[in-house]
Amino acid sequence: MALSQTSAAPVASETRLVSTLTTAFVTLTVMAAGLAASVAVAVAGYVLIDFVFPDSKLLDAALVMVLGVAACFGYFWASNKLLDTLYPASGAHVAANLTKANAVRPWLFLGPAVIVVGLYLAYPVVNSIWLSFHGPSGETWAGTSNYEWLARDGGFRESVRNNILWLIVVPAATTFFGLIAAALTDRIAWGNIAKSLIFMPMAISFVGASVIWKFIYDYRPAGSEQIGLLNAIVTGLGGDPQAWITVPFWNNFFLMVVLIWIQTGFAMVILSAALRGIPEETIEAAVIDGASPFQIFYKIKVPQIWATIAVVWTTITILVLKVFDIVLAMTNGQWGTQVLANYMFDWMFRGLDFGRASTIALVIMLMVAPIMAWNIYETKKGTK
Amino acid sequence: MNTVVGTRPALTWAVHIAVFVLVAIWTIPTLGILISSFRDKDQIVTSGWWTALAPAERNIVARAAPPSEAVEENGRWVLRGNVFGEASGSVSAFGISIQRPTEFAPGVTAETRDGETVAVGENGDYIITYPEQPEGERGQRLFVTTLEPPKFTTENYETVLFSEGIGQSFINTLTVTIPATVIPILIAAYAAYALAWMEFPGRALLLATIVGLIVVPLQMALIPLLRLYNDIGVGKSFIGIWLAHTGFGLPLAIYLLRNYMAGLPREILESARVDGASDFEIFRKIILPLSFPALASFAIFQFLWVWNDLLVATVFLGNNEEQLVMTGRLRELLGSRGGNWEILSASAFVAIIVPIVVFFALQRYLVRGLLAGSVKGG
Repeated sequence: MALSQTSAAPVASETRLVSTLTTAFVTLTVMAAGLAASVAVAVAGYVLIDFVFPDSKLLDAALVMVLGVAACFGYFWASNKLLDTLYPASGAHVAANLTKANAVRPWLFLGPAVIVVGLYLAYPVVNSIWLSFHGPSGETWAGTSNYEWLARDGGFRESVRNNILWLIVVPAATTFFGLIAAALTDRIAWGNIAKSLIFMPMAISFVGASVIWKFIYDYRPAGSEQIGLLNAIVTGLGGDPQAWITVPFWNNFFLMVVLIWIQTGFAMVILSAALRGIPEETIEAAVIDGASPFQIFYKIKVPQIWATIAVVWTTITILVLKVFDIVLAMTNGQWGTQVLANYMFDWMFRGLDFGRASTIALVIMLMVAPIMAWNIYETKKGTK
Repeated sequence: MNTVVGTRPALTWAVHIAVFVLVAIWTIPTLGILISSFRDKDQIVTSGWWTALAPAERNIVARAAPPSEAVEENGRWVLRGNVFGEASGSVSAFGISIQRPTEFAPGVTAETRDGETVAVGENGDYIITYPEQPEGERGQRLFVTTLEPPKFTTENYETVLFSEGIGQSFINTLTVTIPATVIPILIAAYAAYALAWMEFPGRALLLATIVGLIVVPLQMALIPLLRLYNDIGVGKSFIGIWLAHTGFGLPLAIYLLRNYMAGLPREILESARVDGASDFEIFRKIILPLSFPALASFAIFQFLWVWNDLLVATVFLGNNEEQLVMTGRLRELLGSRGGNWEILSASAFVAIIVPIVVFFALQRYLVRGLLAGSVKGG
């Protein structure tokens, strides 16, 4: 990040360049020194305690945990201390020292974040593009063969079809139920309790939710006692029990239900806040004009919260593109339920083909890209 | 708003009913798992969890004692015994052929074509009589329908915690979650302060980049990082997954915290600067305490996300006892114990109870964080 600073600052004169380079050099040195000092102390602490209490697994875990956090804190403390010692805010050159220290300090604060984000998010984007032109182990050049394979692959086509289904159904259903729940719970005394309960699945992991719903969809052959709620209801109404998650095409919808169930609370909370933010006057005016509650809802309230609805919709869209755990846990992509994220995982772990897996990951990235561009645009507009 | 509906009682009722239905749909699935996790494992498979409080009806096939053990009494050969063996129960019906397993009421004496008589009492005692001395070692099959009182037990939890490895996975999950929540907060808070209140070239560009990275799909990062970890020797370790979660959580953390910090009053910071406080001191003594609500919001997000994560843990941690986290274990059980609902339901409940407690205890901060993150356009 010191480099980006160099390139971002227009080079006006040679002295300017020299001072910028000095700042960059000091920044890197201080950061490295601060990091080295804190890591050294943490490792020393670990070795010492490991020596006193050998092979205690639980203690080990707790220790690594504490030291990891301490090393992180130590970096900020040590590097700032070092900077203050290097350019003390007293003595002969107070003003000059302060200027120099102020040029370095933001980067000390930002350093770890920029390095970690760069390494864990920015670098992988570039590396994935590179990998997508390479063979299974990522070493041999493969040209565009991964892309050609993708274009003809049946599994990929199935995944894209299912992903599109998910993209249409889940955000729409979630926003719809969220809006209904928000509008209704705001009107009753026990609304907050109801909200809490509808919101609760948000805290449940996708795998946990998959277990919960798999139990609902549980299937026993006709004639025996059904222990899955859905089949019990169906047989209770006189129908035949079904193995729901294996029914072609429709099983996709049974998986979507899980995500809708988890996310409706999120949509409800945000839309409820937006509904409460609508100025009272507009509603009062509508009441005086004799509008019915339904008219007020659809013609006055909903149009005023379109922006929030769009936010909820996009947030869930991003989530849907990455949906993985539910499909993996419920069907592992069998019976025509494959989705892109799980297909990518499949090629990564079972196919062991990093080239193809990276290509699929890039497709997911590509689908997210428009939303990403929009977010950046909005932030830039907001900060100016 | 209430006044609008208050004038129409019918509509008010409709609202109450509609909300009740919604709440029911959203809670019943979890309730099913919770109730099942406390039920006896034989009852789980024979009756739906919604009948947990009613006596469970079970069909058992008992085999009577071998005919050769029959003794002569008053001219007939008689066999006595109990269909439950050592156990006890209450018989609601019995039968002697598989086609009609509930043909007779308890106490009734059934007669076969060979002139045998079979009677099963309510307590399970059976009497079989033969006209002549019978032979053979294979006892008569008796089809018995019993009513068992509902049985609740904590046995399922003992099983999953101590012999299915959920206990160890719980500790592994904690080991992953705590540092993976604290480290990104610390790093993000410093970065957010720099982005909100410090002057340096390239600030707007950096912020825009970070916002852009919020939505980068995780799938993108997996293979490059896996390769990198193997190349530099990090391999599958807790440090590796902490840093991975830190990296994936940072953009959102920085964005949320920067928005919050930028909204703090400028006067406080400036008066502290005038008093000669350095940025480091201002951050630690003023900004950090004032930002507590935002820090708490993000902490809850990150905690829930890391605790519930399956993908990152599967990729960056091993499949062994020391590293398998709870979501991974649950997924494994779904594969290997697909039909054992007593194991699955108890395991699932252990896995979801911590986030649910955190969720209900700190809901206020969670909602605030959601609103800050979403309504402002993230």
